[in-house]
Amino acid sequence: MSYDLTINIIKLTLTVVIILPVAQLTTPLLSANNLTCIREERILFEQLNLQINAGDIVQIEGPNGAGKTSLLRILAGLSEPYDGQVYFYDNQHKQAIHDDGELFHQKLVYLGHLPGVKGEMSAAENLTFNLALHGLNTNSVDANLNEVNLLGFEDSLASHLSAGQHRRIALARLFAAQTLAEKAKIWILDEPFTAIDKQGVANLEHLFLQHAQQGGCVILTTHQDLTIAKDNLKKITLAYRFY
Amino acid sequence: MTQASPRSIDKKTIDKKTIEKSTLKQNALPPSINHNNKLSYRGAFNLVVKRDLTIALRHKDDILNPLLFFIIVVTLFPLGIGPEASTLSRIAPGIIWVAALLATLLSLDRLFKADHGDGSLEQMLLSPHPVFVLVLAKIVAHWLITGLPLLIVAPLLAVLLHLNEQSYGALMLTLLLGTPVLSLLGAIGVALTVGIKKGGVLLSLLVLPLYIPVLIFATSAIDTAALGLPYGGQLAIIAALFFGSLTLAPFAVGAALKVSTN
Amino acid sequence: MFKWLHPYANPEVSYNFCGKLQPWLFRISTIFLVIGLVWALLFAPADYQQGDSFRIFYIHVPAAILAMGIYFAMASAALASLVWQFKLADASAAAMAPIGAVFTAIALITGAAWGKPMWGTWWIWDARLTSELILLFLYLGVIALHNAFEDKNLAGKAAGILSLVGVINLPIIHYSVEWWNTLHQGATVSKLGAPSMSAVMYWPFLICLLGFSFLIAALVCLRFRTEVLARNSMRPWVRELAINSLRSEQQISCNSQQCHSNNPNQGTK
Repeated sequence: MSYDLTINIIKLTLTVVIILPVAQLTTPLLSANNLTCIREERILFEQLNLQINAGDIVQIEGPNGAGKTSLLRILAGLSEPYDGQVYFYDNQHKQAIHDDGELFHQKLVYLGHLPGVKGEMSAAENLTFNLALHGLNTNSVDANLNEVNLLGFEDSLASHLSAGQHRRIALARLFAAQTLAEKAKIWILDEPFTAIDKQGVANLEHLFLQHAQQGGCVILTTHQDLTIAKDNLKKITLAYRFY
Repeated sequence: MTQASPRSIDKKTIDKKTIEKSTLKQNALPPSINHNNKLSYRGAFNLVVKRDLTIALRHKDDILNPLLFFIIVVTLFPLGIGPEASTLSRIAPGIIWVAALLATLLSLDRLFKADHGDGSLEQMLLSPHPVFVLVLAKIVAHWLITGLPLLIVAPLLAVLLHLNEQSYGALMLTLLLGTPVLSLLGAIGVALTVGIKKGGVLLSLLVLPLYIPVLIFATSAIDTAALGLPYGGQLAIIAALFFGSLTLAPFAVGAALKVSTN
Repeated sequence: MFKWLHPYANPEVSYNFCGKLQPWLFRISTIFLVIGLVWALLFAPADYQQGDSFRIFYIHVPAAILAMGIYFAMASAALASLVWQFKLADASAAAMAPIGAVFTAIALITGAAWGKPMWGTWWIWDARLTSELILLFLYLGVIALHNAFEDKNLAGKAAGILSLVGVINLPIIHYSVEWWNTLHQGATVSKLGAPSMSAVMYWPFLICLLGFSFLIAALVCLRFRTEVLARNSMRPWVRELAINSLRSEQQISCNSQQCHSNNPNQGTK
């Protein structure tokens, strides 16, 4: 009897597939250098470099547990990467996101898994607070709620609304942010389409395209297939790694 | 750069169009809320305080439960110790203050827990306002919701405990200066434990040792007042603790929240 | 500025460095402790008032001083990790916390043991004992917070913030407790004053203090190494280390098994 020590290391290397859009001027908005993320002693991704330009719509793909949400949170500055640095660009001037967090946050819209909606406040109050908190215009709250089909629910308490409607309240912020040229250019959206119906998804895709055409960028994760034309869509694929 | 110029013009025209679109919509609907969208520290501070107070007033348990706890804990002591007025008045400052510590501890949970649970905390951390301002606003709102009611009920409980009549002023002043310190220091503990599932017991372990100086000086001020002596010194030290924690605690809370939402 | 420190920012290098340092620290501490304790407990003169029970001070006072000192060391490590992002500083802070807690407990127990013959009671709300007790609570809070997080890096950061808050509060707590104690001094409380030490008492005390310091340094090294391993368990060098140690274990067990299994095989042939 002898112990035969066999270690099966299945190494799936990270593949970054970027389909460069044709004839697009490259104004970088966000870039990352050598990002490494380790969660619960597992390396999710290592030495990841990426640059996101104005006009990009980037879909991050991968199986559950591959680190899509972790990547988005690192790009938004919510999580610290184990190694590496995320940069944003202010008039082509490159800065680390933590050097001037307040400026970066003016340029950023991040929507995570959780909608950030308070049950004790009405839909309109929630949106107004969200917009004011991020320094966005609160004059067209009703119009923004209309865009996400919540007209008629402005004054109902959010605790009486469904999960999908909570998400719509959060997404309504995008419609307010979209009218701003310089602010809120970088959209980082974690599964924006969960609990949203088909028409809503189509509206959102249209909004993303419009935002990209205006010089913004959208980074999102979703398990749905986007109908956005290949020209505009970049994909980053994260593979599941076993150690 | 020459290539960029037609593009930027193009962008502007699009922007104009969208702006026109949005103004059209705005005109069609009555402008219900007229906030300006300028970034100001005071604006952000007021915004968060107002929101937290609104939530608390619509969810009154948050205000009432710690207050009821405070009252019940204080009434337990005469039942446990005996009704002699002399004993009670001797230990009244300590009882009221310990009960205030525990009531604050009990109410601390609501400071960040709900916001962490529904994702509004990470939105606050990603707002263009300094975290310091937002955190301070939340702590101020917390004190208004939980500290101020304690202050209002305290004289009533002092009557129940036969507190020396000379010490009422000291009791109120120490509570006025001391309970904000409890909220500020407690906020650090909550911020550290907000991401942990069973953070409640841990919170008391982290926070209560930090409350000891406030407890010592507050009860001593009340005792000194009962003897008819000046208690300005103790009050000055509590005020120093207040201003010290007011300036330092929000930074620690901000750093802790960043760790907790990581 | 930190150029000379730079190689030690690599976990593998500092792991190996501490591995080399650790046995020497243990040896030095053993030498100092044996000399110091034998001198203190057997040869140093007894106190004219307190008699032989005074001798517990040779353990109590170093433990109390070092318990406080470890907290400051832990807080400075936490500061280094939060400000300069030294990841290893977290590991060292995590290594120090339980050792500090144990030394605080030693100081408390020896203090109580000294109190029994002196005051006739195990516990008295003496200013120093009370602040040691609160220090113990602060240590336990840091350790509990460490254990509450699943992710070691987050745990280190959270505990670091707490220990910084604690280190700001520690002097405040200490002086407020001292003030409180003088305020409430009853007739029964005899003040536990610092004994004025003569040179014959001073030298063994100093040697004991040094011995305990080296012991702490050695223990921190030991725990720091395990913390580094735990935090880097997915790194290739740790895997190699684990595989090597498994192999050597395997060889030992194989050798012992060969003695049992090979002989009968040869017998059947």
